[in-house]
Amino acid sequence: MRLDLLAVDQWIDDNSRVLDLGCGDGVLLDHLRKVKKTNGLGIEIDVDNITACIAKGVDVVEQNIDNGLANFSNDSFDTVLLTQTLQAVHRPDFVLREMLRVGKESIITFPNFGHWQARLHLLMRGRMPVSKLMPYNWYDTPNIHFCTVADFESLCAAEGIQILHRTFEIDIHTGKKHASLLGKLFPNLFATHAIYHVTS
Amino acid sequence: MSGQKPKAATELESIVGSVGLVDPKIVHFDKPFIVSCGRELPSLDIVYETYGELNEQKSNTVLICHALSGDHHAAGYHSAADKKPGWWDNYIGPGKAIDTDQFYVVSLNNIGGCGGSTGPSSINPATGEPWGPDFPTVRVRDWVESQKWLADYLGIKQWAAVVGGSLGGMQAMRWALEYPDRVHHCVVIASALKLSAQNIAFNKTSRTAITSDPNFHDGRYYLKDTVPKQGLAVARMIGHITYLSDDVLGKKFGRELRSGTFDRGVESQLEFQIESYLHHQGEVFSEKFDANTYILMTRALDYFDLAREYGNDPVQAFSRAKCKFLVVSFTSDWRFSPKRSREIVNALIAAQKSVSYAEIDAPQGHDAFLLPVERYNDVFSAFMATVVQHCQPVISQDLTENISGSHRDAS
Repeated sequence: MRLDLLAVDQWIDDNSRVLDLGCGDGVLLDHLRKVKKTNGLGIEIDVDNITACIAKGVDVVEQNIDNGLANFSNDSFDTVLLTQTLQAVHRPDFVLREMLRVGKESIITFPNFGHWQARLHLLMRGRMPVSKLMPYNWYDTPNIHFCTVADFESLCAAEGIQILHRTFEIDIHTGKKHASLLGKLFPNLFATHAIYHVTS
Repeated sequence: MSGQKPKAATELESIVGSVGLVDPKIVHFDKPFIVSCGRELPSLDIVYETYGELNEQKSNTVLICHALSGDHHAAGYHSAADKKPGWWDNYIGPGKAIDTDQFYVVSLNNIGGCGGSTGPSSINPATGEPWGPDFPTVRVRDWVESQKWLADYLGIKQWAAVVGGSLGGMQAMRWALEYPDRVHHCVVIASALKLSAQNIAFNKTSRTAITSDPNFHDGRYYLKDTVPKQGLAVARMIGHITYLSDDVLGKKFGRELRSGTFDRGVESQLEFQIESYLHHQGEVFSEKFDANTYILMTRALDYFDLAREYGNDPVQAFSRAKCKFLVVSFTSDWRFSPKRSREIVNALIAAQKSVSYAEIDAPQGHDAFLLPVERYNDVFSAFMATVVQHCQPVISQDLTENISGSHRDAS
């Protein structure tokens, strides 16, 4: 499983109620159900992912999170998750507010656009970065709102969102171990992925 | 349809995914059934079919709840001469979504129906004549109660799943509230917590078509040896239009003519394909369906309101349920629109119940729930496969822990 998903565990309480926005094939909710005995629900729009969730016995509701979570009442979940999806929503600020309305706490993971390789790519080639990390061209990418670690923290400050914990990864896919010293000291430059645990 | 030839018996057995030839059964309950309106039926006949094998624990059971015009014949064929299989054959059979290699499927004709179960055309023992319009007003909860009688008779303590589309979905939800310990999974397809005013209006128009047929005789047409065929046909035509989408009607029929011409200088009898199609549908239906049953069933639809007795709060209503839910809707269904299904889903979420929801992009309108639609089949099959896992004989606690332990290692 992706490292950012494994990192989520530590902030989830046993038997808590978890909402996963853009839950994909349900791998995280399935994992949390096994190790934390959570009562989970996923929100997804991809048809194959929805079937995959159902096949796993993971509860999933077909719904577009860009339209908000009006059908969910305040504080009805202990934790609301948004993993690798923040950059794909139309209004990240709106989605964040909705997450913290519906959940007591939220966990957000996203790729850091401020990583030195992305900066170098833009600086040297003058073109939008395309890499293993961000494999799409600018015109066909589902990732319409890339942000950096610094951008995210500035949004949190503006929205009055309290950061409970944060952690950074160098590579969530190949499994290179946890953030190096550089990553810890200068996450905006050296972290490929950020994982934030926040509350309102 | 009309182009299909009758199949030979051997051919039937070999149709992939068909349960083959099936025989309806009948059970007679010689005790009074108290209807929710307060009146009583002195005895009850229930006609039903079963598909698949009942396991030793009687835990692999699926109840099929039929909709307005359905009956007990949900899958397979009654004879080799049948042109069409049961009404939900697309989803019931070996290897299908409701896999009869895994499940023991029970499908019945609801009381008030015209498929052989006690209904308006049955004899009222008090008068020696058919009940007709005097048949008690039946509600969805009465169907659930009589289905419970059938479950008891078959020795089924808990349904692995109760499944229904449209009016059938209403029965499935009612089961989950009335007998929460007897339903493990509940599948609600193209249904609603209650009908909208527009929906009731369509039903009223259909009923008026029937009651204004001169052959209706206030519902006592059985004694006059006649049938309000015209009225019933019109009722079916109205229903049929609302079960299909504008798109599908346009694609299937467009403005094609079946007969006649628009050529100048020629005055001819014109008939659009859609006219001929509706006429045919009405005709076929009016020959096999009972007008009093149609009135009774549409009224049950109109009166249904899942939350009425729970302070009109669907969340409070669903808080009683203990089963896992699958809710499915179809984008082009305007009679039971996705919005109606989302009301069900939202109430279940608020009640903290286990629910999955899929909104299937399908052009066929309300009828999609009966038709082969790939994604619908995928979702339905995936869910029912998880139901199969729950049907397995109960294994010891230690073993269960070992299994979940190994999952942990794998992940």
